[in-house]
Amino acid sequence: MDESLLRTLPPIVTSILVRRGANFAVAEDAVQEALIEAIRVWPDNPPNDPRGWMVTAAWRKYLDVVRSDTARRNREVLVESEPKPEPGDEIDDTLHLYFLCAHPSLTPASAVALTLRAVGGLTTRQIADAYLVPEATMAQRISRAKRTVSGVRFNQPGDVATVLRVLYLVFNEGYSGDIDLAAEAIRLTRQLTAQIDHEEVAGLLALMLLHHARRPARIGPDGRLVPLAEQDRSLWDTRLIVEGINILQATLARDRLGEYQAQAAIAALHVDAQTADETDWVQIVEWYDELVRLTHSPVARLNRAVAVGEAHGPRAGLAALAELDPSLPRYPAVAAYLTERSGDPVNAARLYAEAANAATSLLERDHLTRQAARLNAQLRR
Amino acid sequence: MAIGYKEETMAKYLLLKHYRGAPAAVNDVPFDQWTPEEFTAHVKYMNDFAAKLEETGEFVDGQALAPDGMWVRYDGEGRPPVVDGPFAETKDLIAGWMVIDVESRERAIELAGELSAAPGAGGKPIHEWLEVRPFYSAPPTIME
Repeated sequence: MDESLLRTLPPIVTSILVRRGANFAVAEDAVQEALIEAIRVWPDNPPNDPRGWMVTAAWRKYLDVVRSDTARRNREVLVESEPKPEPGDEIDDTLHLYFLCAHPSLTPASAVALTLRAVGGLTTRQIADAYLVPEATMAQRISRAKRTVSGVRFNQPGDVATVLRVLYLVFNEGYSGDIDLAAEAIRLTRQLTAQIDHEEVAGLLALMLLHHARRPARIGPDGRLVPLAEQDRSLWDTRLIVEGINILQATLARDRLGEYQAQAAIAALHVDAQTADETDWVQIVEWYDELVRLTHSPVARLNRAVAVGEAHGPRAGLAALAELDPSLPRYPAVAAYLTERSGDPVNAARLYAEAANAATSLLERDHLTRQAARLNAQLRR
Repeated sequence: MAIGYKEETMAKYLLLKHYRGAPAAVNDVPFDQWTPEEFTAHVKYMNDFAAKLEETGEFVDGQALAPDGMWVRYDGEGRPPVVDGPFAETKDLIAGWMVIDVESRERAIELAGELSAAPGAGGKPIHEWLEVRPFYSAPPTIME
């Protein structure tokens, strides 16, 4: 049995039900129930026509809901009991689902949850596990999200930027739960590139692939975070790198730059270097300049200060840093790094300790604590 | 738009309630001095609060701890752990917690404020001090 069908069919089936006249929220629930049944039944009893099976199962569940609603309202029931393939069933309009699930009226967390369920074909339990919350809490988040978009017309074209933002957030969530959210984000972005021709969709896919390629080297065997400069580059996934770079080059050639393409270009320059010392930091600074111009993001400026430090020396990096708000996340970590490079281990040790206190993840805290401990041990000698 | 940001997705916070060790509440009357109705109203408020958070998709966990406890430490190879206490002079005694998953620090503060308004003696809010602590999260995938 092709397990991937369990993920790819749900959005297609939801679209079919909606096209047959079903309400989105009810149709999506019916598909979720059909999916849970498929997960239970298919391994022992694989269907010949998985898509037909899921359409039939979901349509029945949808009719059950409609019938009981209609019965409650004491009205004549006039619904066909056996679904047959209908004209239009073969049209793939899951693109509308992407837009609906990333609708600007949703909060980022709601859009993420709804996208993973309705577009990603994940069960509520899988999403809850990935975000480390109880299933009941995630179920409520999803049903609230559906209520929020209940007034939105299904086939309304949306803003692709909001969809990309949601996919970016899923990718960037990290690797906490059992479900590999980064791989899931890549799958959904890849699927989106097949539906819409847009430079930034391709740019985001390239960005994800180029970061995902480095993942095996990012965490050491003892579970510690390995900074880019110290990563074992032989562990990088060259197949993903080649794919990411090819996508990026084709996209950049269209000369419609956006923030994801700029970030992907930076990632590409990193993976392009055989060793950390061969990194083309001057070009990376230029791409950060583009990124800052496109986004005005303080986090981009912070990363730019690191790149300036590598390209033009730690003093230039510290000067770039001095223009930024010290309350930015990771500001003390960048300050510590540049200060050590500038030849001031005493202040660097103090800044690393400060950075460890301000860290928002355990892996970063431990990494920064080790840096402070390393410098303090050197200073005692 | 920003890169390397996780700040705008959900973050978990611990709301910590103390038997002892927090600054004094405004309406600081021991439980056993409340009327039974006041106590019932308090319990109902806490349950309703948790139910409401589940409905908003922000509830993760809630637990209460018995005040009774002990201190335990390693006492060397081949020896049983040392058990001691409880010490009456211990200044910090945790009563329980709630874990929430929220969009922002501001929302965590808003909810802690609401929880602190649980009614106590005279049916008036306790104005109890709650300790609010962020959880560590996973590092973002895209860091540079």
